[in-house]
Amino acid sequence: MEVLQFMIDNRTVIADRTLEHIAIVSVAVGIAVMTAVPIGIAITRSKALADAVLYAASMMITIPSIALFGLMIPLLAPIGHGIGYVPAVIAIILYSQLPIIRNTYTALADVDPALREAAKGMGMSRMQRLREVEIPLALPVIMAGVRVAVVMNIGIAAIATYIGAGGLGTFISRGISQSDPRQLVTGAIAVSLLAIFADLALALLQRALTSKGLAGRPA
Amino acid sequence: MIELDRLTKIFEGPQGEVPAVCEVSLRVPAGEICVFLGPSGCGKTTTLKMINRLIEPTSGSVFLNGEDTGKVNPITLRRSIGYVIQQIGLFPNKTVGENICVVPDLLGWDRRRARARAAELLEMVGLAPDSFMDRFPNELSGGQQQRVGVVRALAADPPVMLMDEPFGAIDPINRAGIQDEFLRMQERLKKTIILVSHDLDEAIKMADRIAIFRSGKLQQYATPSDLLAEPANEFVQDFLGSDRALKRLSVISVASAMLRDVVTVSPEDPVANLEARSKHPGREVAVCLDDAGRPIGMVKDLQLVPSEGPVKAHMQAAEPVVQAGDDLRTAVSSMLAQGTSLAICADEAGRFVGLLTWREVVAAVSGREASI
Repeated sequence: MEVLQFMIDNRTVIADRTLEHIAIVSVAVGIAVMTAVPIGIAITRSKALADAVLYAASMMITIPSIALFGLMIPLLAPIGHGIGYVPAVIAIILYSQLPIIRNTYTALADVDPALREAAKGMGMSRMQRLREVEIPLALPVIMAGVRVAVVMNIGIAAIATYIGAGGLGTFISRGISQSDPRQLVTGAIAVSLLAIFADLALALLQRALTSKGLAGRPA
Repeated sequence: MIELDRLTKIFEGPQGEVPAVCEVSLRVPAGEICVFLGPSGCGKTTTLKMINRLIEPTSGSVFLNGEDTGKVNPITLRRSIGYVIQQIGLFPNKTVGENICVVPDLLGWDRRRARARAAELLEMVGLAPDSFMDRFPNELSGGQQQRVGVVRALAADPPVMLMDEPFGAIDPINRAGIQDEFLRMQERLKKTIILVSHDLDEAIKMADRIAIFRSGKLQQYATPSDLLAEPANEFVQDFLGSDRALKRLSVISVASAMLRDVVTVSPEDPVANLEARSKHPGREVAVCLDDAGRPIGMVKDLQLVPSEGPVKAHMQAAEPVVQAGDDLRTAVSSMLAQGTSLAICADEAGRFVGLLTWREVVAAVSGREASI
């Protein structure tokens, strides 16, 4: 009850923090899509390259986020962004690479070779094959990777409050330092709800982007 | 016209060079269907894919209407050749209409012209454009998908088509129907077609010429009839099977085998007149025609017929009647079903044109005079 009262009293602050949170994750994952999808496409040309890139991306995800934030302070300090929004966004871009690269690579590798041959035999260039056939077919799986990245990084962005990036993590960190369960629970619930709604919104986007001809196929 | 000149492909395998196709030379005249036939791994598909350069030849050349394909941009080349694969390969993310319009769109056709062409092609294979144009491939049956796959290859009206086991994925009952439909289409379109198959019966049915492959080498290149009559070597003979003489029945038309010089009478003629005309060997039968020339009966064993009264008093039913345009296999089947040793041959209008007996069948299949 106390928590509910706290939420109602602080609704404008919660809304501001939520927007900050969304700003960090959406910008970071947006940039990550623009890097990871082309990387995922590029590595389909060489198995050895694909293994190396996926290995590096897997390594990246094993670094604890708090350690990554710490590492970036001396690196980004010379350009005046040792803490705050910029290192938070960079960390999330890095963490997003693995799910998006891996799903893009797997989905493209799984495209029926007969379709690829039909497309090639009808006179499509490599770019046309990607645009007209392979990416539309891979899209549900690529989007699934984006959803994983978003949900995972909504959690990681909460930790970025410790380097002053703001967001819903602020409630959690203050709740801990001030031994105030109201703030702690509010932050935790808000982060969870944001993750759930973001996932639902992306599921709808995925459905809208996927050709109706692919309905009923495993994504 | 398609011409292959000493076309060769050698693959680099882990155990060194693997020759897949060796010095294959042949020429497919414009408007004909050539079937590449052979067991799996004989190089027929590799040869096919060298024509649209999905596989680059190690040596040798391919000429399409006299033009060396090695000098053409492969993408431009492929857009000018219809290509059908066994797995059909319709793009599941595109509607039927979009699938058919792929090559026209690549060639930059006007959108409306491409759609009109797609509708026309769907109509041609009996799929109503209104209901099929905007469906997705997963809403179609296998046979419908196959039809769309074939018309997609025809969309930009290419003079040449390459078909890699195009009817392989269809159940046998529908396959015969789609083959017939395709042959009727080809009657009108007169494309130059190379079709890969491992099915001898399909090859005999579809081909103007058959090229038989074994281990990358061309064994024989001939019309189905010549191939069945004179296999070039033991491999071809084995491949054609011990019943190849029976298979020949389906490549010979009734019209080319039947006896044309037959005694015909009208039902009112007196039987007495028949006797004088019945002395020639092989003419023991008189066929009785109505005023329009249609067979209405026949008189067999002329010597035994009493020489009184009109023909109609002595005639038997004119059965079976076979079409002159049919092949001998169909005609012989009718004769066997009726239990007779002769069949009356009629044209499309039902008019009598000749007579078929075992003597003609044996002579046509064996190429020799029958000794019966």
